[in-house]
Amino acid sequence: MAAEESYPDDLRYHPEHDWARIEDGEAVLGVTWYAQDALGELVHYEPPEAGATVTKDSSYGEVESVKAVSDIIAPLSGEVLDVNQAIVDAPETVNEDPYGAGWLIRIRLTDPGESDDLLDAEAYQQLVAEQ
Amino acid sequence: MVPFAGWEMPVQYEGVIQEHRTVRADCGVFDVSHMGELEVEGPRAHELLQSILSNDLDKVEPGGAQYTLLTNERGGIVDDLIAYRLEPGRYLLIVNASNREADFQWLKEREIPGSDVRDVSDEYALLAVQGPRSVERLGLDDASAFTFAMQELDGIECMVNRTGYTGERGVELMVPAEDAEELWDRVLERGAVPCGLGARDTLRLEVCYPLHGNDIGPDTDAISAGLGWVCALDKEFTGADELRRIKEAGPERKLVAFVMEETGVPRQGMTIAGGGEVTSGTHSPMLDRGIGMGYVPAAQAEPGTDLTIDVRGRDRRARVVKKPIYKREEG
Repeated sequence: MAAEESYPDDLRYHPEHDWARIEDGEAVLGVTWYAQDALGELVHYEPPEAGATVTKDSSYGEVESVKAVSDIIAPLSGEVLDVNQAIVDAPETVNEDPYGAGWLIRIRLTDPGESDDLLDAEAYQQLVAEQ
Repeated sequence: MVPFAGWEMPVQYEGVIQEHRTVRADCGVFDVSHMGELEVEGPRAHELLQSILSNDLDKVEPGGAQYTLLTNERGGIVDDLIAYRLEPGRYLLIVNASNREADFQWLKEREIPGSDVRDVSDEYALLAVQGPRSVERLGLDDASAFTFAMQELDGIECMVNRTGYTGERGVELMVPAEDAEELWDRVLERGAVPCGLGARDTLRLEVCYPLHGNDIGPDTDAISAGLGWVCALDKEFTGADELRRIKEAGPERKLVAFVMEETGVPRQGMTIAGGGEVTSGTHSPMLDRGIGMGYVPAAQAEPGTDLTIDVRGRDRRARVVKKPIYKREEG
């Protein structure tokens, strides 16, 4: 079942519909409720490799539904520590739980100061409302 | 909603995968009123159509229908369509929305005395009710595929066509446009689930029905497209000579079906190593993996052949399979 629309307060958001949960110089990344809803049920997740470098505002992977494919934009720069392999096997988990079990990668931040550019939940929700 | 051939069409109502599964398991309804309808009438209507359609209409009695092609001189496919024989000298052709005008022009230019071609598309609406329980849900009796009859359905007079584009049992209901809304409501009350263009595409691709504009077109000949079975090469029709020649020589490339052996979703336009190209691709809800069709050199066309598809810069393995890609397990 698809999740209810929500934008948790403890996350930081990128305008390309990605979120980051920042903790101790690391961040867990994923796509927002809005992104998964726009795409529809996901059928494919093309992840980066562990150890790869991701760059803020650049694509680090792809998610794809029956209808469309979308680049996943990194909200922050860093090195990939962990890829959520469960999503490779069951991409629809992103639709069911975009901020929990549907996380995509975990990175070690190379420039923690970048997070200042990101939106808080309220600002992101306002952006979504305007789309 | 997306624009399609001048129509605003829903891609999905609740979700492509869910709608797809409903049609495979139960019953879904698609509003396909965008399809074009041409009527060809007159004492020489049959003669006209026999000379421009690839299949043999001598095999169709009134009350019967036939899948056929409108071919050009090169054996290319101007359109694929279903011809319904309403009366000995009166046919209804249900054609692709995007080709409606081209088809009409094509027929009009070739009209002979004693035949009259009319575009009646705007007069009719068409609902496709498809799925293993569709006939039962509509309270209809079983009938052979590719037949039709005028019948009343919940008080609405319909042309009930035993045809479809999903590979499932089902009907296509044609009614005057003003009855469409009421018919839609009645069909929903009977338990059909609304389905959009998205599911229509995944359903047809699983059973390898070609989509005109993707898999077939004026520049792809019927033999290479694997549609020799709808070409009556023992009669004369536009392009028949060229199709006989291609059949005799063997096509240089063929439209094949394939399934992905690795992750990734093939899409139209992707390159197949060795000189091929994907013409349709999607994620199959029934197989839960990427599937598609595409043209490959004849040497790569045998089922079991490994293909390599360039999925956005990544080489991904696929395998040629026998059509259809999906077939219901019997029993």
